[in-house]
Amino acid sequence: MASHAMHVHTPPSGFIRKYIFSMDHKVIGIQYYFLALFSVFVGLLLSVLMRYHMVYPDAKVGFFETLWPTGAPGGVMTPELYLSLMTMHGTIMVFFVLTTAPQGGFGNYFLPIQIGAEDMAFPFLNMLSFWTTFVALVVMMAAFFVQGGAPLGGWTAYAPLSALGEIAGPGQGTGMNLWIISIALFCGASLMGAINFISTLIDLRVPGMTLMRMPLTCWAWFVTAILSLLGFAVLLSAGILLLMDRVVGTSFFLPAGLVVNDQILNHKGGSPLLWQHLFWFFGHPEVYIAILPGMGLASNILSVFSRKTIFGYRAMVYAMLSIGFLGFVVWGHHMFISGMSPYTAIAFSIMTMAIGVPSAIKTFNWIGTLWGSQIRITTAMLFALGFVSLFVSGGISGIFLGQPGLDLYLHDTYFVVGHFHMIMGVAAIFGMFAGTFFWFPKMFGRMMNETLGQIHFYATFLGVYAIFTPMHVLGIIGNPRRYADFKEFEFMGQAMSVHTFMTHSALFTAAVQIIFVINLFWSLKKGAKAPDNPWEATSLEWSIPSPPPFDNFGGKHLTVHHGPYEFSVPGKAKDYVMQVDPE
Amino acid sequence: MLLALLNWVITLATVVLFAGKYWWFPEAINEHAREYDEHFRNTLYITGVIFFLAQMSLGWVIFKYRSNGGRSSYVEGNNTMEVVWTTGAAVLFIGAVLMSTQVWAGVHLSETPANAVTIELMAKQFAFSFRYAGADGKFGKTDIKQISDANGNPFGVDEKDPAGKDDVTSSAIRVPAGRPVLLKMRSRDVIHNFFVRELRVKQDVVPGMEIPLRFQADKPGTYEVPCSELCGLGHHQMRSTLIVLPPADFENWLKEEDQKLKQQ
Repeated sequence: MASHAMHVHTPPSGFIRKYIFSMDHKVIGIQYYFLALFSVFVGLLLSVLMRYHMVYPDAKVGFFETLWPTGAPGGVMTPELYLSLMTMHGTIMVFFVLTTAPQGGFGNYFLPIQIGAEDMAFPFLNMLSFWTTFVALVVMMAAFFVQGGAPLGGWTAYAPLSALGEIAGPGQGTGMNLWIISIALFCGASLMGAINFISTLIDLRVPGMTLMRMPLTCWAWFVTAILSLLGFAVLLSAGILLLMDRVVGTSFFLPAGLVVNDQILNHKGGSPLLWQHLFWFFGHPEVYIAILPGMGLASNILSVFSRKTIFGYRAMVYAMLSIGFLGFVVWGHHMFISGMSPYTAIAFSIMTMAIGVPSAIKTFNWIGTLWGSQIRITTAMLFALGFVSLFVSGGISGIFLGQPGLDLYLHDTYFVVGHFHMIMGVAAIFGMFAGTFFWFPKMFGRMMNETLGQIHFYATFLGVYAIFTPMHVLGIIGNPRRYADFKEFEFMGQAMSVHTFMTHSALFTAAVQIIFVINLFWSLKKGAKAPDNPWEATSLEWSIPSPPPFDNFGGKHLTVHHGPYEFSVPGKAKDYVMQVDPE
Repeated sequence: MLLALLNWVITLATVVLFAGKYWWFPEAINEHAREYDEHFRNTLYITGVIFFLAQMSLGWVIFKYRSNGGRSSYVEGNNTMEVVWTTGAAVLFIGAVLMSTQVWAGVHLSETPANAVTIELMAKQFAFSFRYAGADGKFGKTDIKQISDANGNPFGVDEKDPAGKDDVTSSAIRVPAGRPVLLKMRSRDVIHNFFVRELRVKQDVVPGMEIPLRFQADKPGTYEVPCSELCGLGHHQMRSTLIVLPPADFENWLKEEDQKLKQQ
């Protein structure tokens, strides 16, 4: 007994070490989750304000002026304020929500548990990466409050607009510097996180937990971590170069012969396209950083609630690996019309179509998993099914955009906005909702309310389709994105009814998110006590108490005997076999 | 159950939205645009069928396989099916892109015909300018120090170069119908974009680069040109027009502009 007790790590006792500067992966996971939750509501609010402005550009709204005295004089939003909201919406959503919650949040909490580890490989590094992310968010938010406001160049920060400084527009001064510093910090944090995830997964699996016995969530987090490691390193370098162009006077992204606002600039030899190559070398894998954890989670949840083993487990793993690999050789499809060589465009488009193949494989396997199953409808399952539906809808439009011939017209129209919101925005967010409903009982020891959960699901599912499907037809009209209003162009008149419909859908969808917030916080306090394994699932986190003890397994040495998805195995008494069951 | 129904309804509504063409492309005004539309339609058919079948079968499995307290079938997978759908998807996707390469090559990989009209474009925050070589057929040299919007010299045409004396500049682009155009595009500050919906062509205009764009407009008319790359706070107001004139009218316009320059 004494030797056994040696393996029990005692938790820190002070409040600060336990809940603030904690090195416990579970606390850090929850911290990441709430950071992303805060960010998603900021991002959502910005999007609603944008949608409102596009349809009612001349409306006088009192609180606009209260929030942004210079950006909305008299309560009328200026185009520069619109663009800064757009930039911040994209940045906050991509970095602080889509990158943070699925990997930093759920990954941190459940990767160690699902492979049987007591913590991450480097707990201190883990704490450091969360707090660096936190500082990055504070710096990003600060951009709203400095002279000139937040930057207006979009989350892609194309040079020269991003490299010129204040001369290129309000927000391109101090606000843009803060943006770059924040992103650089975020890159640093993501690199630390990625190293930690990779090391943990390789080194800390318990006996019997072979790679092919890992839940698909672990595979997804693993591939995501590799993408983060290779992608964020490049973005970090690009960000530093951009900052140097701005503050030291280098010319990495600024060519000779610039005349801005009738002022001749003294730069020489830089290339605006270099920024785009570096940015999208990160930016495309980033799409998969956002969606892969959702894919893993959807697979996991579909299997659990359909009481059926994953159809083609190995095919799913290979598909994720090939998405990870191909994800690094398709970035040029963001640049078909950028002025790069037209021959290169053809090469990138073939790679891009190739990456559609593993995505299709995953969809077929999900439907294969559900075929002949016994579906139990829960909110988590609904969101996982919704994920599949949105993934298909969002993926299909990629077949248009991946062809340079068709991108010739569709590029930078609302078709693109509809496409990436559907797949990387809401499909990924559905993955997070699914994860929340699925793992909440384990994380907090209480169940969430199913009735509220399902109402929230149906309203949101309908709402997001109503927002993003019409965007595609706007693209077909030729409506460019990133326009503060549509008054200057005759042809956009026909688009206004569609824009109005989308704005109303967005207001509705944003409003119903209140149901989720109520459910989340009410369940934290008042939810029914959760049993250890409420969903009758098989992976390791369901073999320990809800919530888990400090060192996850109470010092026990686990051995894993089964694959992750042994449901309805013939000849077994129960319809599921836990991974730790000896037989 | 409800989800199956909802997914079917959304799928059908989407199909109606795209098949009904209530909001659609403007009329095509050249051969490339017609080819574009044809290829778009083919892609729409392929993806439409995939979309419809995938969403309908998703709804079907949700509807059909609700739990009745029994046991699921135990199937770990099926390698034949994996091979079939992997190959099928690969052939379909790669096939689509190879087919569209022609549409792309028509714009970007074709030679400029000898009879093409050469026009220069200069973009700045937040306006387009166009320049024609004038009667001598030669563009005057430019010098960024002489760029001045106030003096009507957005290109910075060098005052000392005689070839520049008859260069015509304009804020709209006029082209003769049915004749190829070579547009040489430059920007002097940030990235802008030249987009004409009716031509089905869009190209970024990048500072530090001169990007050629070849097109031919066959149908006379006036078409809007919206800047389609975020360029700053006036992005949504950066507008020009493409004015396609019958060839004789185009020549007359050039002559009139030439007269005006001589009178100055």
